[in-house]
Amino acid sequence: MDKQPNPVLLDALDPLITALRIGGFRVVGPTVRDGVIRFAELSSAAESPTGWTDAQEPGRYRLRQEGELVFGYAASPDSAKRYTHPPRTTLFRWDKGPIEPEIDAPPTALIGLRACDLAALAVQDRVLGGSAAYRARRAALFLVAVDCATPSAVCFCTSMGTGPKAEAGFDLALTELSEPHRFLARAGSERGAEILAALPHRASAPADLAAAADVTRTATARMEPRRFELDGVKEQVAAARTSPVWEEIASRCLTCANCTIVCPTCFCTTVEDGTDLSDGAAERVERWDSCFTFGFTELGGEPVRASGAARYRQWLSHKFSTWVDQFGEYGCVGCGRCVTWCPAGIDLVEELERLR
Amino acid sequence: MSVPKLAVWKLASCDGCQLTLLDCEDELLSVAAKVEIAYFLEASSFKGRGPYDLSLIEGSVTTEEDLHRVQHIRRVSKHVVTIGACATAGGIQALRNFADVREFISVVYARPDYIATLEHSTPVSAHVAVDFELRGCPIDKRQLLEVLSAFLAGRRPVIPEESVCVECKERGNPCVMVAHGTPCLGPVTQAGCGALCPAFNRGCFGCFGPLRSANAATLAGLPGVTRTFSDFQEAR
Ligand code: SF4
Ligand code: SF4
Ligand code: SF4
Ligand code: SF4
Repeated sequence: MDKQPNPVLLDALDPLITALRIGGFRVVGPTVRDGVIRFAELSSAAESPTGWTDAQEPGRYRLRQEGELVFGYAASPDSAKRYTHPPRTTLFRWDKGPIEPEIDAPPTALIGLRACDLAALAVQDRVLGGSAAYRARRAALFLVAVDCATPSAVCFCTSMGTGPKAEAGFDLALTELSEPHRFLARAGSERGAEILAALPHRASAPADLAAAADVTRTATARMEPRRFELDGVKEQVAAARTSPVWEEIASRCLTCANCTIVCPTCFCTTVEDGTDLSDGAAERVERWDSCFTFGFTELGGEPVRASGAARYRQWLSHKFSTWVDQFGEYGCVGCGRCVTWCPAGIDLVEELERLR
Repeated sequence: MSVPKLAVWKLASCDGCQLTLLDCEDELLSVAAKVEIAYFLEASSFKGRGPYDLSLIEGSVTTEEDLHRVQHIRRVSKHVVTIGACATAGGIQALRNFADVREFISVVYARPDYIATLEHSTPVSAHVAVDFELRGCPIDKRQLLEVLSAFLAGRRPVIPEESVCVECKERGNPCVMVAHGTPCLGPVTQAGCGALCPAFNRGCFGCFGPLRSANAATLAGLPGVTRTFSDFQEAR
């Protein structure tokens, strides 16, 4: 976009949801379901988690009702990964010859992505951008970001330099403001600007911009206790290869793979071939895998990384060291998902500090 | 090429795993078209003669007679696949392995002297070579069909050795342990069921047996889990 128009005020989300639906998008956003805030297809703002917030700590997630915010919670177990890099994809079928499946990439508007989620998409773009299916699914997304107001106790995007304010990579970004309740909206793309211009809106005043800056300041301050120095981490993790800390972590790690699967940047997959009983057809499916599974490094029937220590080391080293060798940036955006959703409550930030 | 012969055998078990084969309904016709179901007493009283190309064995070895039967099955079968927790690990009846079976018998049966049983309940693999062990209590229909297709195609079955958590996340369940504090054996249990229980907000019961790398001591030792497991005990 050539020039940033002034942000405008929106009083409600419903006109945006309606406009996106009319524009041909399925609208996916946060909703309360089974005790968590997660993504689901929304038909109106009434389904959003207004007045709900989450308390997150290592290995624990609880919802409670508090305040009046629609987006008053931190990262949910879902990320954009499910939409850009789905858990299971058919690569091709074989029936006397290859049959390429159509790429399933329905136009989807994702509402409520955070700055860390946008950063994770940028990481994915570099890793998976070579895949036509990924590019198609990515191009089908319309991204509505929300500046983080309420980071959880496990968030550390400020340390990774990815948040809490959405800076780039969105079509629209909102800052939710209180007293009175309103959204300050800015466009990040031409089509975002077009949608915004067509919505009922009011001009913003300097006080609105100041209130938005306050939201980011407060959110940043909430993450201060957890801030760590990123400089040198790559070298220090690499140098800790033979540290006894890995064994100690392994005594607590269940090698369940939850951390990698919830991580919005972890991209690993395995390929499974299946044959059909009835017609002799075959199918090749790609599905999520993780460096914590045995099959991941299986060679000649045995895993190369058999011990829990070797597998935990692979995960943490990839995120903070070898990812940089591979892709020129970190593999972590600081969303804290792997910390909350680790049933053993292992906090990678704490482990990093012990390894340095 | 002659049609491969399939046999389905039952030892000490509840029939649930064999039922999974009958449950295949639509796919059962495809199976029947590809193989001759020569011996499957749960489906038909017809007893086709061996040798068999593939024998599926349900149940654990708990009697002298079964001990001889598994040896016979092995002799007359090209491939032996055990189906379910009983045949693969000894099943619930293997509780006796940690106690005195005579005591159990005296408590359970009106005429203990009618009961002839072995001290231990053992998996088939404790007695004869097994080509593949399919886990589950009961086994999963998709996995059974995969094993059958794999054996018919002469390839290795694709049965991932990963935790239930991987399937759980793939399915999009919120983790019942993290989000609800419900004890769950998913992290130490091999996948296969598609994370059925967590999908209904219940903890995993471990039907598919221990994950190859299971760190069960850690799971049991987690402060939250010990607490929830003991609350669970007290609540009963
Ligand atoms: S490693 Fe953990 S904190 Fe970092 S991006 Fe992945 S899930 Fe988020
Ligand atoms: S951390 Fe493990 S699962 Fe994640 S991208 Fe790296 S190797 Fe793959
Ligand atoms: S770090 Fe936690 S989530 Fe990751 S494999 Fe270990 S126990 Fe599972
Ligand atoms: S609910 Fe159970 S199986 Fe699912 S992720 Fe949590 S611990 Fe694993």
